[in-house]
Amino acid sequence: MRSMRARLLLILLVTTGAAWLSAAGWIYFSTQAQVEQVLDARLREAARMVDSLLTDERIEVASAAQMLPEAGIERDWGAENYSRQLSCQIWSLSGEMVGRSEAAPRQRLAGEGEGFSQTVVDGETWRVYTVLNPGRGVQVMVGDNLKIRQSLVNGVMMGTLFPMTLMLPVGGLLIWLAVRGGLAPLDRMARALSARRADDLRPVGDESGPAELRPMLAALNGLFARVEAAREREKSFTAFAAHELRTPLAGVKTQAQIALASKDPEVRARALAQIAGGVDRSSRLVSQLLDLAAADASEDDLPPEPADLGRVLEDAKRAVEPLRQRSGVTFAVAGNLDGRVACNEPLATTALKNVLENALLHSPDGGCIAISTASGDGLVSVVVEDEGPGMNEDDIEHAAERFFRGQTPLSSGTGLGLAIVETVLKRAGGTLAIANRPGGRGLTVSLTFPAA
Amino acid sequence: MRILIVEDDPLLRDGLAVGLEMAGFSPDAVACCADAEAAMRGSEYEAVVLDVMLPDGSGLDFLAERRRLSDATPILLLTARDQIPDRIAGLDAGADDYLGKPFDLDELAARLRALLRRRAGRTSVMLQWEDVTLDPASLSVTRGGRDVPLTRREFTILRALMERPGAVLGKASLEEVIYGWQEGAESNAVEVHVHNLRGKLGPGVVQTVRGIGYRVGGERP
Repeated sequence: MRSMRARLLLILLVTTGAAWLSAAGWIYFSTQAQVEQVLDARLREAARMVDSLLTDERIEVASAAQMLPEAGIERDWGAENYSRQLSCQIWSLSGEMVGRSEAAPRQRLAGEGEGFSQTVVDGETWRVYTVLNPGRGVQVMVGDNLKIRQSLVNGVMMGTLFPMTLMLPVGGLLIWLAVRGGLAPLDRMARALSARRADDLRPVGDESGPAELRPMLAALNGLFARVEAAREREKSFTAFAAHELRTPLAGVKTQAQIALASKDPEVRARALAQIAGGVDRSSRLVSQLLDLAAADASEDDLPPEPADLGRVLEDAKRAVEPLRQRSGVTFAVAGNLDGRVACNEPLATTALKNVLENALLHSPDGGCIAISTASGDGLVSVVVEDEGPGMNEDDIEHAAERFFRGQTPLSSGTGLGLAIVETVLKRAGGTLAIANRPGGRGLTVSLTFPAA
Repeated sequence: MRILIVEDDPLLRDGLAVGLEMAGFSPDAVACCADAEAAMRGSEYEAVVLDVMLPDGSGLDFLAERRRLSDATPILLLTARDQIPDRIAGLDAGADDYLGKPFDLDELAARLRALLRRRAGRTSVMLQWEDVTLDPASLSVTRGGRDVPLTRREFTILRALMERPGAVLGKASLEEVIYGWQEGAESNAVEVHVHNLRGKLGPGVVQTVRGIGYRVGGERP
């Protein structure tokens, strides 16, 4: 069922209806039992009264059956024809009817014994109490027609159930109002949310809200916070990207203006070459910005498909192959490449590609870049060592900051490579370590991933 | 006119150096605050073009430090951050002008000329001495309404002399004015340029003050 309100309403109506029905059933049976008990007591009392009148010899046997206490019963139960139906028979022990009340049937109402019994006379069931009076040689039988009893019970039931039934629609209405009122906080929240601007990511609700809504509000606010953080990341990213793209653009524009204004063919040729270089750098910057955006956007809550280390290395090497050929640098790979790392594979490849690119850009021509892997303690490390000039110790600390380009920047550097690497590793729960090689030239960059 | 360019991006730094030189300035270019400080300690610059984001610190801090040292050299901030709050922060830190990247090279040159004009307290765009008129924007000189074609170095020397008529500039000062420190000046280069300048302008404009240097205007010998 789609509507929570309808669902709640149905559940409440069914359960209250069931409770109502069982209450009615219970009232019915207990009323019936009580009425029977009371009527039985009356039967017994009436029989004993007649019996005692006979014993005291205050009345004739023949008229004794007319002496029933009609008025009292009539008033007690409000059942008009009940007293007239309370019937009395007096039988001699020899089996002749000695007397009977007006409404009593002529047929014998009970057998030989004393006490309660039930008999069917003329198709109607009678409940009878019999008293044996040996002194006068008679049996006194006082009986009720069960049909009358039943109508009495029914009357009582009607008196109780009719108002209860009348209350049913009122109860339903009250339930409906209660459900509506109870769910009003949801409506209010929906209204508050739908009235919001798209960029309004303030938390909804507060501590005073209903307890049942709080987990949902907390989840919603958590989502808002994550969306907000993602948007902030995006915003600062866009601002940075715009900022960083403007500098090479300014360079290209300036060089273009020089090429246009200069009459010296040498100056023009040089400016045009500078423009080509600037465009190369800008396009590299753009692709790195896209890499960084991809790393930023990767959902950190989702466990990544494990990445195959060997394939990551192969793909990264292939991506930097043109650069490698130009500088004549060789790769020396050592260590086990069978491992798998818990990192999105394209992102891991991007990270390693950036590290290899850095190493290539800083390596002397014909140098060697050592790539090794190590694993243990649930971690897998890829270590890239180059033979370049290494880094200024002060710069190492800032190397992974976005757009940081050190004291001696390369003309092709974008200041984004290591930032991408760090972002990827952070997302995967890994770490980036940068250090100058001990006792020699070159830089060691270690990418540590959690093992998959 | 010696200009210091402080810009870490190699492409733009090179473009600024070449472009401003073409516009008649004598630019030196450095890539970081430390180099800029060393350059400013070593030579006198008439203006500085300063990038805000530099590898060894913020250009704004560098700017504030110069102002704290009572250095009044006009400084034009050049930055990719050109939102209004950034401009305000830059100007309030002591910048004389502010230009967002990417910019137009001609506009930058014009703004630099404006800064220099303001610094010299001149109202006129043209430099004038008797019938000699020098236009810093178009790099042209006329004498008595007739165009005098000058080389860039000759023009630079004449402009330096005409900026302060009557003031005597020594050979060393003129060398500084026409050469950045990348270019080595030949020992007699200034004399050669002045000689050529006199030839083109005719007599009576550039005077020699024996043993001290050259001047335009002032007492006639």
